[in-house]
Amino acid sequence: MKLDDTILPILYMLAAMSFILAIKWMNSPATARRGVVIGEIGMLLAVVGTLLRFEVVNYQWILVAFFLGTAFGIPIAYIMPMTAVPQRTAFSHACGALASALIGTAEYYKQFSQGPHMNNVEMTALIIETLLGFLTFTASMMAFGKLQEVKWIPQRPITYRGQNFVNLGIFAAAAGIGLALIVAPGQTTLFPIFTALALIFGVLLIIPIGGADMPTVIALLNSYAGLSASAMGFVLNNKMLIVAGALDGSSGFILSIIMCRAMNRSFTNVLFGAFGQLQTSSGKAEAKPIHSASSEEAAQILDSARTVVVIPGYGMAVAQAQHKLREMFDILTKRGVNLEFAIHPVAGRMPGHMNVLLAEADVPYDKLREMEDINPEMAMADVALIIGANDVVNPDAETNPHSPIAGMPIIQAYKARTVMVIKRSMNPGFAGIDNPLYYRDNTLMLFGDAKSFLSSIVKELGALAKV
Amino acid sequence: MGGYEFDLWVFMLAAFLGFQLIRGVSPLLHTPLMSLTNAISAIAVVGAILLTGEKDATRLTQILGFSAVFLAVLNVVSGYLITDRMLKMFKKREPEKR
Repeated sequence: MKLDDTILPILYMLAAMSFILAIKWMNSPATARRGVVIGEIGMLLAVVGTLLRFEVVNYQWILVAFFLGTAFGIPIAYIMPMTAVPQRTAFSHACGALASALIGTAEYYKQFSQGPHMNNVEMTALIIETLLGFLTFTASMMAFGKLQEVKWIPQRPITYRGQNFVNLGIFAAAAGIGLALIVAPGQTTLFPIFTALALIFGVLLIIPIGGADMPTVIALLNSYAGLSASAMGFVLNNKMLIVAGALDGSSGFILSIIMCRAMNRSFTNVLFGAFGQLQTSSGKAEAKPIHSASSEEAAQILDSARTVVVIPGYGMAVAQAQHKLREMFDILTKRGVNLEFAIHPVAGRMPGHMNVLLAEADVPYDKLREMEDINPEMAMADVALIIGANDVVNPDAETNPHSPIAGMPIIQAYKARTVMVIKRSMNPGFAGIDNPLYYRDNTLMLFGDAKSFLSSIVKELGALAKV
Repeated sequence: MGGYEFDLWVFMLAAFLGFQLIRGVSPLLHTPLMSLTNAISAIAVVGAILLTGEKDATRLTQILGFSAVFLAVLNVVSGYLITDRMLKMFKKREPEKR
């Protein structure tokens, strides 16, 4: 009994401190792994502290769930390829959100069988917890489906007339019923309707969202899942939950702001704008002349350059070209070429995805440069080599105010002396926007699969090295 | 009264602290950051344990609580492990040995 008021609150406080430190130490790769360890310690303290509480008397189901969660969690963590990390993240947002929604549901029904009945404040927190939890669950599962390219979930955004009206209507209905439940919690028939509306809203929220917006959406869902956990803290009167949830909520929120800024778009635009639809462009683009080059020519240009900036996009990851890229990096570095990587904030399918993929291929992280950091140096670069990126180097964003991506900050590849683009064909990219960069006089198109093209460049470079 | 006001203060301060801390994180580590915060928010396991382990929990409470413990533990385990797996990959190039 005594333990509950003396030692256990301290354990919770220590856990909250550990979580704060864990995030603080993520600010640099040198301390980040320490951050994970302290985070694990915090979790251990919190779980042990909870298991010791006097209310907890039945352990068998808890232990079974622990065992199952661990048994499924370990393989997920180790088998998951790094290209699939965005899907895993979406999936874990779904799990976390569902967990807190289920807890909220259980708490709701518990007050009628066991009491004590909740007051208005607790009911408000519970409604927020379950609303965010259920909608984040289905929204994250939809995001997971889109990222995993599940067949029956369309990749392209689906829009119809009055869509925003329908979505907002459903959300308003869910919020209205939620309000009714706060005022009179006893209306148990309303709760399932509330749940269903929240679940449906989550699905509808993601349907109009295209792949280019996934980084923002994943970050936003991260935020919702955190806020849901934080609301649970209000229901259970647990400060540690409030703190941990708030940290997660603010983290996701900041990341989604960073992603929005990196595309020069607002939240409302991402959520309700249905970006990434095919433009109704005619075939006039094909008429413009382009210059193409072979791998041999490309290798020679790279070999005689002093500085090369590689601009990778998700296409590089799809082609699994990062390891070949690192081989090229090694050879060129040995031959005295300064090669760096310019990473756009929205490159990849989630915030920071490209960095993880390159780090996995053993590219040293001090060669991975941020957009703002490298843009002033682009004019000094001899070669900008673009692999699987498109919109993030599109000069239209700076010069054409009518472009759908007007105002989006780009990596200024066009400033480099020579621009080389590895691309399968002249098809427009993910967002379906034509790129004038490809038609410039100093641009060489390298047509082919990124991985095989890079490996033939590597071969050519090897031949050059022998001469 | 009082109770929830205090809780709101805690929330507000923690959210601000979060904003400040996250701003300091290099974009290099945004992916591992997200999987770490995701693992941390699986602290919801605490609420799930309390429900599942209660003395007179109804069948419904037990089922919901059990599922929630499972989901949260899944996130804790896979979240921390995959974060560490990612961070292990971030290396500086060792000085050329020759």
